[in-house]
Amino acid sequence: MSGETVRIIIDGREVEARAGLTILQAASEAGIYIPHLCYHKDLLPGGHCRVCTVNVNGKPINACTMMVGSGMVIENDTPELNDWRKSIIEMLFVEGNHICPGCEKSGNCELQALAYRFGMMSPRYPYLFPAKEVDGSHPSAYIDRNRCILCGRCVRSSQEVDHKNVFGFEGRGIHTRLAVDSRHWLSETDLASADQAASYCPTGSLVVKRVGWKIPVGQRKYDKQPIGSDIEGGRK
Amino acid sequence: MASVDAAMISRIVERYGKDPQRLMDIVREVHGELGQVSEETVDGIAKALSIHRVRVSDLASFYSFFDHDPAARYTIRLSNCVVDKMNGMDEVARAFEKALGIRFGETTPDGQIGLRATSCTGMCDQAPAALINGLVVTGIKPADVPAIVEALKREKGKVGGSSLFPNAEVQLNLRQAGPVVLGPFENGTAIRKSLAMSPEQVIDEINKSKLRGRGGAGFPTGMKWSFCRKAKGRHFLICNADEGEPGTFKDRLLLTEAADLLFEGMTVAGYALGADEGLLYLRAEYAYLWPRLEQVLSRRRRHGLLGQNIAGREGFNFDIRIQLGAGAYVCGEESALIESLEGKRGAPRDRPPYPVQRGYKQEPTSVNNVETLCCAARILEKGADWFVKYGTRDSTGTKLLSVSGDCERPGVYEVEYGITVDKLLDLVGGEDAQAVQVGGPSGACLAPKDYGRKISFEDIPTGGSIIVFGPKRDLLKHVLDFTEFFMEESCGWCAPCRVGTTLLKMKLDKIMEGRGTASDLSELKQLGTTVKMMSRCGLGQSAANPVLTTLQNLPELYRQRITDKDFIPHFDIQSAFSEQAAVTGRKFVDHEEAQA
Repeated sequence: MSGETVRIIIDGREVEARAGLTILQAASEAGIYIPHLCYHKDLLPGGHCRVCTVNVNGKPINACTMMVGSGMVIENDTPELNDWRKSIIEMLFVEGNHICPGCEKSGNCELQALAYRFGMMSPRYPYLFPAKEVDGSHPSAYIDRNRCILCGRCVRSSQEVDHKNVFGFEGRGIHTRLAVDSRHWLSETDLASADQAASYCPTGSLVVKRVGWKIPVGQRKYDKQPIGSDIEGGRK
Repeated sequence: MASVDAAMISRIVERYGKDPQRLMDIVREVHGELGQVSEETVDGIAKALSIHRVRVSDLASFYSFFDHDPAARYTIRLSNCVVDKMNGMDEVARAFEKALGIRFGETTPDGQIGLRATSCTGMCDQAPAALINGLVVTGIKPADVPAIVEALKREKGKVGGSSLFPNAEVQLNLRQAGPVVLGPFENGTAIRKSLAMSPEQVIDEINKSKLRGRGGAGFPTGMKWSFCRKAKGRHFLICNADEGEPGTFKDRLLLTEAADLLFEGMTVAGYALGADEGLLYLRAEYAYLWPRLEQVLSRRRRHGLLGQNIAGREGFNFDIRIQLGAGAYVCGEESALIESLEGKRGAPRDRPPYPVQRGYKQEPTSVNNVETLCCAARILEKGADWFVKYGTRDSTGTKLLSVSGDCERPGVYEVEYGITVDKLLDLVGGEDAQAVQVGGPSGACLAPKDYGRKISFEDIPTGGSIIVFGPKRDLLKHVLDFTEFFMEESCGWCAPCRVGTTLLKMKLDKIMEGRGTASDLSELKQLGTTVKMMSRCGLGQSAANPVLTTLQNLPELYRQRITDKDFIPHFDIQSAFSEQAAVTGRKFVDHEEAQA
């Protein structure tokens, strides 16, 4: 990356951003948290969840895919944007069957953590109560599609980190589902126990077996501090 | 898998050069042979292409014209567009169910005939319409159904041709030809005039004409070409012939009547962009036009208007390939169309980068509407000065409108930009309209107070779909139909559109059932706004338009339906217990309700 920088304004604050970064990356470097869910710093952006939408010169734009440009005026932490973001989180809750108290990921779950951060009490939308499949066939990981938010992180991490193609999508619209690279089961794919893909799941949908509840509830990542605090702690 | 199938698949894969980017064609042909894309078939295709099977199942499960389960020998796909419904689709559907003894979504036990619903097939001027194995059947009345079913039962092979059914003919319904797009045109004139100029001068001429994209968004065409030409790489031109907006059928007319003009426009664009390959993405519903379009392409090659050294110009090589879609409205969005062309699901891309920077195969690509390219050819033939004489200052030229619904003369009209809705209603015989949907469900629903507004980029832009609603229509029902359409066609990539369209439908259902309250209306607006502001592409961003524009322009539609209660839960406990109540013969009593 070149040493070039551009000046942008985020929520009234002037930021010197390295050219070639996305808005989300540049904000993080400056200690500004833009809420996000399907984005992960190790992976190429997917643009699925839209939680990181910001206003750029007055227009809604996805922060994880948009590059910084000189003179951009960006709004991030506004009541309007935060309500829309919260709406999306609520949509994801009603789309699946997220029963936090019984979920191994509780406390480490990014969906749950965002719901807390946005102050969601219960979703404003009616639950869809869909019937979803669970796949426990593989010796080292299982899929619980009740908790899948179709963020594509497993698809991308399998490709980009593990250099495989274990996951994909099937169907369309509300019937879109997480698919695996076999006729039926995860055990029929070439997923290996050393693969990293499962560690990228933001919810309890793709879970590594035999390490559950290792850290007690109450001592987990987002039990201690809200999601985004690590970035905001680095505010320059 | 039977070895004969494996051999067939490998033959098809070989024919497409074992190129995974041709997966659409490969799956379509295999589906044509086997009548389905089963798990075994997916394995076979993946193996023959040496790619991961999840990539094949991703594509095959996305498009609605690819069946996973064995398809019937004949699949009747009845178009369920709002306009089909306005013209008696429900009665026709019931007639089919009665004649076949099956419901929609089912296949007759002998595997002979299947019934499916499909999104708008582009025949709204002759609705209700159906596709039977690709054959278009229009203007169906319930009384026609027994004869159609009998003919299918008699015929044991593939659907032969129009002789099978009386209705198997697409009417042109050109009601008004204007001077620009549908005026007389002599082949080759636009190409020869272009070749007398430099590519940059051609783009200048388009700039001077102020031509804007006819798909609805209205991006200046000259600017698009100029960006594309200046971007480094191999340049591509794509013609978007995937018109899927309910109520649109003007490209059907152009592809039938003005294919030469379109190909001429594409060739001119190819010269301007420095592209040697053009692709025409044809919606699957218009597959019946494909053979004729290929004939036109062959004739143009023979006449030196396509291929090598076009019109005698040494080194100007350009050819056109037709790519057939497979039933996905979202592929009309240019980046989704490109994904589809590359053999993937039609999920739109995040922009930037724009297609003019990195489009097809990550190379600079200009995607233009059929009508835009026809206009471009005319501009090069007659000059920008001639073109700007028509229309308004910022909307030059003419626009093809597809008019359907409650009017005396449905069909295609070429009008000058700037025509008022009032004047248009006079022209088509729809003076008593209670509302007009301009731009299809993605556009806006206008009430009579807005009939003085002008169809133009400055006022009401439209891709060309005009649906007239007469005084007796229950408009809210059609708002629900439009919303269901977006729900069906959402690609599922992004959360707000995938989930939000389903929630919009549920909310409307509640209001239609008479269980809505004033708070439901504000929640409907909040939900619609979220979908509009947060969705990834144009489909999601307009999916709430039917709701939002009627909430704004025709609020009484909703107010008439809601109760004066403060709150009614979405979950209807009474109906949830209806089965139990029927079995036990006891009435469900809501004690809270009884006390209140």
